[in-house]
Amino acid sequence: MSNGEINLRDLQHPDIPVPEEMQSNIAVTSLSSLYNWARSRSIWPLLFGLACCAIEMIATAASRFDLARFGMEVMRASPRQADLMIVSGTVTKKMVVPIVRLYNQMPEPKYVLAMGACASGGGPFKEGYNVVSGIDKYIPVDVYVPGCPPTPQALLYGLIALQKKIEKQSLGVGASVPWYGSGPSEEVPVPILGPDIIDPRHAEVLRKEAKKNRPTPTVAEALAELTKAESA
Amino acid sequence: MTDQVLPQVTDLPSTIAALKERFPNAVKDDTRSGYEGVIVDTACLQEFARVIRDEYGFNYLSSLTAVDYLGHGDHLEVVYHAFRVPSGGKPLVFKAQTDRQDAVIPSLVSIYPGADFQEREAYDLYGIHFTGHPNLKRILLWEGFEGHPMRKDYREAYYEQETKPFDSRWPGGHVFRGEEYNPFGHNVRYPAGFTLDDYKPVTEAEFQQGMALGVDIMGDPAFRTDRLLVNLGPHHPSTHGVFRMMVALTGETVESLEPVMGYLHRNHEKIGERNTWYGNMPFTDRLDYICSMCNNLAYAITVEQMMGGQVSVPYRAEVIRVLMAELTRITNHLWSIGFLLNDLGAFFTPALYAIQTREYILDFFEATAGARMMCNYMRIGGVYKDLTARIRSEAALINDRVRDMDTMEYLDKLINDRLPRSIDELDELLSESEIIKSRCIGVGLLPAEMAIAYSASGPLLRGSGVPYDIRRANPYSIYPELEFDVCTRPNGDIYDRYCVRLDEMRQSVRILKQILPRLKDTQGQPIFGGKTSYSIKVPAGEAYGFAENPKGELGFYLVSTGGGNPWRYHVRAPSFINLTPLGEMCKGQKVADVVAILGSIDIVLGETDR
Ligand code: SF4
Repeated sequence: MSNGEINLRDLQHPDIPVPEEMQSNIAVTSLSSLYNWARSRSIWPLLFGLACCAIEMIATAASRFDLARFGMEVMRASPRQADLMIVSGTVTKKMVVPIVRLYNQMPEPKYVLAMGACASGGGPFKEGYNVVSGIDKYIPVDVYVPGCPPTPQALLYGLIALQKKIEKQSLGVGASVPWYGSGPSEEVPVPILGPDIIDPRHAEVLRKEAKKNRPTPTVAEALAELTKAESA
Repeated sequence: MTDQVLPQVTDLPSTIAALKERFPNAVKDDTRSGYEGVIVDTACLQEFARVIRDEYGFNYLSSLTAVDYLGHGDHLEVVYHAFRVPSGGKPLVFKAQTDRQDAVIPSLVSIYPGADFQEREAYDLYGIHFTGHPNLKRILLWEGFEGHPMRKDYREAYYEQETKPFDSRWPGGHVFRGEEYNPFGHNVRYPAGFTLDDYKPVTEAEFQQGMALGVDIMGDPAFRTDRLLVNLGPHHPSTHGVFRMMVALTGETVESLEPVMGYLHRNHEKIGERNTWYGNMPFTDRLDYICSMCNNLAYAITVEQMMGGQVSVPYRAEVIRVLMAELTRITNHLWSIGFLLNDLGAFFTPALYAIQTREYILDFFEATAGARMMCNYMRIGGVYKDLTARIRSEAALINDRVRDMDTMEYLDKLINDRLPRSIDELDELLSESEIIKSRCIGVGLLPAEMAIAYSASGPLLRGSGVPYDIRRANPYSIYPELEFDVCTRPNGDIYDRYCVRLDEMRQSVRILKQILPRLKDTQGQPIFGGKTSYSIKVPAGEAYGFAENPKGELGFYLVSTGGGNPWRYHVRAPSFINLTPLGEMCKGQKVADVVAILGSIDIVLGETDR
């Protein structure tokens, strides 16, 4: 439980007043907020480290920073039991395949937190031939935590931001998240290891590019073309 | 090992002279300026290696790597560094050259089994075929990847320019993001005319066929149900990151095991060859991300070696360097013992004790270098900053209080009280535990001869009874004037490796106690004796610098062509090479011991895959 005890006042519906003296025992609230309140306080992260950031994630879970204060200490090694994927480190092309598969295997509702510069956008290794410039190129991200690595305090801040985000979600009609709609949401297509990493969603672009019959231009080539076009 | 009969000549120049006499036309001096060692004709490379191993005592092939000399002779070169273990001394450097188009070099795996993964890496990244290699396939990238990326003419998707700083990053230039210029919006590059329509990816089954595991999962008619192929990782709680192992089992017993890696291959070396010499320092932090200070130190001494007399490291800087390196050794060993226990099933409790102590050291790092983990603290010619007068923990409140202490007092308490106390505590709680003893003693055996043959280093080597510690065998910094013992244990099992780590922490504390008075005596003295310019130029030549990192020998093989960027930037990563004997060590053990054996090697993936 967050901060030790349950505070019913947090749950009170703003428009339906409960007499002051009863507020510590009775709360009138909506199902969404009750549900979200419970959910946001027992997030189980996937026990899953990628690189340097994972070390800070472990430090966050250890006694000094104590993730258990937020009900998140139950790190599960199986994606089937996890609600939150903390992508803690550099995502390489070789690794993004299992990551997408793990994400697909997580039951809904599920969240993704991109921890550190690498997971958010490629980080110091962005230009590398085997590096994915941010996990959001493949799976949706809920919270980004900057830093290289983010300090445990920063990670905690990110997790609190996630709690706030969960509290705002609604079970109602016109749900704010796909999993409260009707039917299961779609799986993310798993990338393929080919001559380079292939995102199956790119099949169309690939076909269009193939007509030009040239290797994919590098940034330098694209820039050179651009300046040529500009000067013409 | 010491009873080996060595020829009379043991010093390096006379050894080389004798070798040249022995192989009259095949062994030549490397006469390029700034280079050392000999160039060996590929035809007698294997014979040469056998002779230096058996007759001259160079029994330890520490590093093997390739260099692409495109535009500087247009050939590929494989560089070997062989040492005498445990007696120490300078390495014998020998090289073999081959054509870029048709790159073939005889494999040395049969002579030095430790060459196995390193040759596979050179094949993967440079496309050099090592004839006679038992299992030559890609190791860091995947089968089917297009090209050999470390070659100088390989262009990655976000390629901008040969070297940094990039023009586009200059002030006044425009800042842009690579993905905006890539038709796919991703960091990808495909060959001409590539589509998904008729593409058949390399499947896992094909991948497994290449493995020397002896289990045909696809269609062995004699397949018995108790023979299994089990995949561990890359998502696994006990592989210390994204490491993967394919294990062939008979019941519970491991028949064979093959490590699969590269899931954290983030192109450290390619990026390093574009960076400026200074620019690589923060990248070295991210190699073995638990020991950033030690990585900094190894890189700094290598570049200093290349700079020759141009930089001189002041005494106080050396004192601070050793202080940082030894504190790092303690954090690393704490971490690795904590997580070894995790692997043994004592989930997280011992690790909590270890991490708690580690935090004290990190606080000191944060106060001094500005970061807890990625310190980026050493400089070529010294260190970045002197110790601060006080340690304040404003961001990390301790019981809601800002802790504010005199740094020297803090260090004094840490070194004389806190660290020894925690080490004793771990020892008391763990060393005599019956469970630990029965899980660890006699498991994961690595005999001394095998450890040397497989180029194992660090606690893995010393846990097998080989007294080889670079701080003594090839001293650097101020280690010669410090008193400490090289810790060894004779049996080469998990328990002995654990004990070596415990002993080494005690020795580190002993070193730190000698550092404290030196810190006080040198207060106020300079800490930097290098160049203060934005970027430096390093004289043309090569250097192999190495240091005793907590995990083993961390070496940097650098080649300069005289410019502001390294031509070759190679990291001899202890975690990577220490994995070479893993398959052998696990053979015949139970599957549950595999993770414990891996834990006792103590790897970190940032360094394994680079
Ligand atoms: S953001 Fe920095 S610390 Fe985190 S994984 Fe990337 S390089 Fe490592």
